[in-house]
Amino acid sequence: MRFTINGNSLEVEADLRTSLLDMLRDHLGLTGSKKGCNQGACGACTVLVDGERINACLGLAVQYEGREITTVEGLGTLASLAPLQQAFIDHDGFQCGYCTPGQLCSTVAMMSEVKRGLPSHVTRDLDADVIPFSREEVRERMSGNLCRCGAHNGIIDAIESVYGEASR
Amino acid sequence: MMPFSYERAVDASDAVRRATGAAKYLGGGTNLVDLMRETIERPDKLVDVTGLSVEIVEDAEGGLVIGAAARNTAVAENRLVRTRYPMLTRAIMAGASAQIRNMATVGGNILQRTRCTYFYDDDGCRCNKRVQGQGCDAIEGFHRIHAILGASPSCIATHPSDMAVALVALDAIVHLRGSEGDRSVPLTDFYQPPGDRPDIETVLKPGELITQITLPTSPLAARSEYRKVRDRASYAFALVSVGAALSVENGHVADVRLALGGVAHKPWRAFKAEQALRGQPATAEAFAAAAAAELAEARPLKDNAFKVDLLSRSIVATLSKLAGDLA
Repeated sequence: MRFTINGNSLEVEADLRTSLLDMLRDHLGLTGSKKGCNQGACGACTVLVDGERINACLGLAVQYEGREITTVEGLGTLASLAPLQQAFIDHDGFQCGYCTPGQLCSTVAMMSEVKRGLPSHVTRDLDADVIPFSREEVRERMSGNLCRCGAHNGIIDAIESVYGEASR
Repeated sequence: MMPFSYERAVDASDAVRRATGAAKYLGGGTNLVDLMRETIERPDKLVDVTGLSVEIVEDAEGGLVIGAAARNTAVAENRLVRTRYPMLTRAIMAGASAQIRNMATVGGNILQRTRCTYFYDDDGCRCNKRVQGQGCDAIEGFHRIHAILGASPSCIATHPSDMAVALVALDAIVHLRGSEGDRSVPLTDFYQPPGDRPDIETVLKPGELITQITLPTSPLAARSEYRKVRDRASYAFALVSVGAALSVENGHVADVRLALGGVAHKPWRAFKAEQALRGQPATAEAFAAAAAAELAEARPLKDNAFKVDLLSRSIVATLSKLAGDLA
């Protein structure tokens, strides 16, 4: 199976039963994406496929053959953190850090959804072309990423610090 | 997970040809992959149908055709859906998480299995849906989330979909292709009552595939709502939900569509309430009377009796909001 992962074209040999998450972690050593619940309830495994966020635990690797996959390793490096990663540090957007890779990947896709005008459960006007950036919108849109440490307020602060101004 | 083979179908007929024996169609996999991991589903072959039609287009009569492989996000985002059938966008966006909505297909959403915890507990619990004739541990167990309408002594599981509640209220038709040809079934008749065979959930014949959903034109639907009540504000299954469309003329109900979620083995079209409402004053009292007419046949158990009141109040609130918007 061939994939483009964080910009690199890779050939992977894996049993058909391998989930996308297990392929990333166990076959490719990309252990940034985390296995929390392994049943789509926590979002720790969130990665981007062609720019869209999905739960890597709920998909088989074979379903994503030929697609472009971005994991937290593709967002920034230790030497050069993405602005969102720095913001999570600055705003205490985590304690244990286990959910953080999923939170980061989810945020990147979430903001592109807002920018293209995808409404959410709390969007009042479904006809609106522009979705106003608000903490209420961010909370709803990030509800698929749980943080058992309870760092949600810091996470929202971090997201607002990076994207809030630009969207106003 | 049991071993299986994997094939990608290029079109609906190709998919049907490939789906032999214990094969299963694979959409986004958000439910099926999970159930395979628990060995509750054991297909020997997966036929990936995500390459089939994802189109969302107007048909010749002005209704809407939605390809079964369309992702939940794509349906909710579609401009025609948002303006003509807003209840459908609302229902989809009230369900699951953004990640899951990006993966899940329309066909898969309709066919998702119950979230009854006893159904999932393969090691510890009896379930007639999982193993025919085994017994049901939910009836005497923790059944706060279970059905109050249409259940049987064999099964009290609910259908978990939000999207399907809106589709049932909107008179959606499910289009099927099988080895014997094509047929169409109203979504409300697509699901089988549990009876003594809760393992048989739909009218699908072996190997039959959902190819598309159609929504008829509905002037009513442009003013429609979906209200969902759950244990937390987001990312939780419904305790109860209400999909409703209403038109009022001279203070009286001219027409109404009402469907209920989280309370039965299927998205429950409230035909009795609709019947009771037509021609009545568009008031909270009339809405409550209609809810009572529908819920007269409710058979709650010890832990889920709260759903009767919760559902009644949710029906009244949803219809009142629509009536207020129209006034």
